Amino acid sequence: MQNYLDGLQELWYKMGRVSVKNVSRVFTKKEENGGTEALHDVSFDVEDGEFICLLGPSGCGKTTLLRIIAGLETQTSGEITLNKVPITGPHPKRGMVFQQYSLFPWRTVIDNVTFGLEMQGINKAEARKHAEKYIDLVGLEQFKNSYPYELSGGMQQRAAIARALTNEPEVLLMDEPFGALDAQTRNILQDELLKIWEQKHVTFIFVTHSVDEAVVLSDRIVVMTARPGRIKEIVTVDLPRPRCRTSPEANRLRDHVLKLLEEERFHK
Amino acid sequence: MKNRFIKTIEENSIEAVSLIVAVAIWQLIADRIVQNKFLLPSFYDVVNSFTTIVESGLIFTDTLTSLVHFSIGIIAAFAIGIPLGIAMGWFRKANRAIDPVIEILRPIPPLAWIPFAIIWFGLARQAAGFVVFVGMVFPIIINTYTGFKNVPKVYVEAAKVLGCTRNLDLIRYIAIPSAMPSIVAGIRIAMGVGWMCLVAAEMFGVSDSGLGYQIWHNYYLHRMDFVLVYMLLLGFVGLLIDRFFRYYVDAKLLRWTSGTVV
Repeated sequence: MQNYLDGLQELWYKMGRVSVKNVSRVFTKKEENGGTEALHDVSFDVEDGEFICLLGPSGCGKTTLLRIIAGLETQTSGEITLNKVPITGPHPKRGMVFQQYSLFPWRTVIDNVTFGLEMQGINKAEARKHAEKYIDLVGLEQFKNSYPYELSGGMQQRAAIARALTNEPEVLLMDEPFGALDAQTRNILQDELLKIWEQKHVTFIFVTHSVDEAVVLSDRIVVMTARPGRIKEIVTVDLPRPRCRTSPEANRLRDHVLKLLEEERFHK
Repeated sequence: MKNRFIKTIEENSIEAVSLIVAVAIWQLIADRIVQNKFLLPSFYDVVNSFTTIVESGLIFTDTLTSLVHFSIGIIAAFAIGIPLGIAMGWFRKANRAIDPVIEILRPIPPLAWIPFAIIWFGLARQAAGFVVFVGMVFPIIINTYTGFKNVPKVYVEAAKVLGCTRNLDLIRYIAIPSAMPSIVAGIRIAMGVGWMCLVAAEMFGVSDSGLGYQIWHNYYLHRMDFVLVYMLLLGFVGLLIDRFFRYYVDAKLLRWTSGTVV
């Protein structure tokens, strides 16, 4: 009975339903009146444990939307909730991996990964034990005592993923995390990310500008229009996993999404 | 042991030969051309004077006095300069409040404070320490401020999403380590300025002992060979302090930057 309750509690803690309702964001500058509208009336729901990709032409506000979900920016109107609770600021429940290398260069890999636990006041030995699990998960056991400058770009992003996961977030927000990597490293990291997603019950919201990446990774792709960003279409990717990158079905989907993006180019 | 010594000499042979030649030229010019101990003491004279002050023990008391002056200045400059720089770099309003005052005080040469140093502290260690402090505090404030201004935004945001949201924690865990290379650079500049101020303060009567004081004292006695000894001593002690500081900082504080271009 007790075990069952613990299990329920675990599930409860790890619910990650994100709901975006009529969100708009206007950037105002002092010199101009009105400002530029980055997001216009965006609404969609993300199911618990779902893998969602935000895809759109550059400057369409997908990163802005992600940053609002993270609590690093605020919307001009509308509301975003996580498990029905409105988002007001950053919180470790919503982990984030950035496009730029964001590991703290003055901390070793393991000290980076334990950072979130340290902030929660967990003692060092326990934090290290916990962090090591996640370092193993991303395959950096050998490099846990290295400084970030000693790691390649791919390894740095792996460590950043481990750092975000160690807080056991309900939602993991990823802002083009593999954007700066070469194609092969990218593919490897995508596969590893999917493995992690299957092992850990986490909701993923993943910003990308790569159609291939979106098709390989996501359950659904939220395709956005050019600025101001609106939702153009939400494409369901019902390909069986593990996915084959070159299957005819994948190609058909890619084709469809690319056409959507192309339309946006001509609108401009 | 002996082998290692020989090896070191072999590895640094060009540097060693260069030094020996410089000393030889100095000795030659002083002894054969100038032939006036007052105008230019020779290397031999200087070595003689050096042994005199070592034997009398004067060298130790004066070096110690100067180091005490320097320490008072550096501790005060740390205690005031770093917190001020942090406040200015992190809180915009603090910067707006403090900056005008600093911009007015900063261009005043530290030595101009000597009269007030004497009036406020008398002929005490603190007076010389105060002049050193004035020389050191501004480079420390400004470099701390610059380091804080240049903390990459992504580190602050990464910390925030990891649960580090209070200003105090962000300063302690993110901004200070990130700004450390800049703060350290400021301290090194400050140490150079402080060392100069120290000598000047001791010369102009803020103290009655110390390496700077001895230069002036021996000048009055027309013992130019002693003046030169104390000059060289000042150079060596300054060099040692800087080397020690750099060694400590590179090994401990800035190990993580060894792969980057600072």
